[in-house]
Amino acid sequence: MHTHFLDTYSHLDSPIHRVGAATKTILSIAVIVTLVVSPPSWIGYAAAGIGLLILATASQIPAMFLLKRLIMLEPFVLGAASLALFQPHGVPRFAQIATRSTLCLFTLVILANTTPFSELLHVLRRARMPALMITTLALMYRYLFVLKEESARMRNARASRTFTTTNRHAWRSMTTVIAQLFIRAAGRADRVYAAMCARGWK
Amino acid sequence: MHIPDGFLNGRTAAAAGALSLAGLAVALRRTRNLPPKRVPLMGLAAAFVFAAQMLNFPIGGGTSGHLIGGVLCAVLLGPSAAALVISCVLIVQCFVFADGGVLALGANIFNMALVSSVGGYLIFRSVYRLLPGSRGRLVAVAIASWLSTVLAAVVCAGQLALSHTVPWPVAVTAMAGVHAFIGVGEAVITVLVIHAIEQVRPDLIDPSAPSPMERRGFELIGFGLVIAIGLAVFVSPFASSAPDGLDHVAQSLGFRDHEAAARVIASPLPDYRLPGISSAAIGTALAGAAGTLMVFGVGWTLARVLRSRQTDLNVDLAASVNGAGPTGRDSADA
Repeated sequence: MHTHFLDTYSHLDSPIHRVGAATKTILSIAVIVTLVVSPPSWIGYAAAGIGLLILATASQIPAMFLLKRLIMLEPFVLGAASLALFQPHGVPRFAQIATRSTLCLFTLVILANTTPFSELLHVLRRARMPALMITTLALMYRYLFVLKEESARMRNARASRTFTTTNRHAWRSMTTVIAQLFIRAAGRADRVYAAMCARGWK
Repeated sequence: MHIPDGFLNGRTAAAAGALSLAGLAVALRRTRNLPPKRVPLMGLAAAFVFAAQMLNFPIGGGTSGHLIGGVLCAVLLGPSAAALVISCVLIVQCFVFADGGVLALGANIFNMALVSSVGGYLIFRSVYRLLPGSRGRLVAVAIASWLSTVLAAVVCAGQLALSHTVPWPVAVTAMAGVHAFIGVGEAVITVLVIHAIEQVRPDLIDPSAPSPMERRGFELIGFGLVIAIGLAVFVSPFASSAPDGLDHVAQSLGFRDHEAAARVIASPLPDYRLPGISSAAIGTALAGAAGTLMVFGVGWTLARVLRSRQTDLNVDLAASVNGAGPTGRDSADA
């Protein structure tokens, strides 16, 4: 089971990847703020789109991967934007919101896939984020994939023991998996704590 | 319910950001004396919420839903730790998976970490106090899960409407309507998960939580204040009969100009028309009450089924431990 595909490309070596994480984060947020705050203009959106496409090409991330990420997230954008259709002048408003939101999403996807999370954590730490949240974020990122795979193993184990399930049984067994997942996570937290203490953590 | 970037205008995003910072400050203050042993648990719990959100439940018709986990987390870890944990989940979802916007992060944290999780916990505590006992706890969990999901959806609709993205009637109908169903699923899953954990490791369910008989409500007042201000800013402008809710809130917050602000301060209730208020508010209240009653029914049935099955199980276990059948138990009692 390889769930690491979600974070593979943030460790490439391209001109974009080499830019400091803080610079990239601030620039991305600046782009998104500009898109959100400035009055809608199609020329501006086109310019932003071309600029982002150039950045994406320079980042050497496979175009198919970026496209897949965007397509995965686009339903939420379109779903929420379609609510804007129910008002006077709804269609142009829908088009504006969907375009603007897609451009913001594209910016964020490029940032996420060119910046390793550990570097982002350094940025957050320098931005004076409280230590408890930094520790929580770091541990969460470390064990995200571990727990994801653990839950997949439990589901496989369950699937290999049952031929067919009704919806009702699927619900019961899924909730048991979730409960077990938390119990195992709590056990792992105890062991992690012991290991942290053994290494002199305070 | 993750709001992407581009749906909120700067003003709404800033207001939501300020409110969630205030909420997180309260949470951090209340976790100052967190035992060091529970620090790794917060990281693991955040990873757990993330992994649990990826498990899909069949709903029927080929669709599936997943757990959101706000109330689950709050009941397991306590409200302050849960607010921090859910915020961390949202931060990772935003920066690693681009799920939910950066500018909208404040709004997302307010809706899901504060309204859904901490607000859900406040509802849980109030209902649990009315219905103590383990069955009452499951009913309280069900009601809190459903109500907090719907409440967060309504707040989200208010933010979208306040940004002029979506008109309020459309936003609130769509968001509250969809989440009234999602909330039922959330309530059932949360009850089943809490029940399963309760059976195996009862010690894991927030050991620091006061029992329902204790009255320690005041310590949560900071959270209550932040959530109440959020509701006032994002939802209340639309609950009134004012023709443009945004203008009203802009005036009363002094965003517009000093003259308008001064006028509002001088007489805060000039257009406060009671009939309009009462009809809108009564409609909303009735809908909320009906939904809560329905979920109470669902939760009560679930709790009855789960609890009675457990007592059967315990009797069976006792019987098998003490020999065969009730005679064995009698001899053990004697």
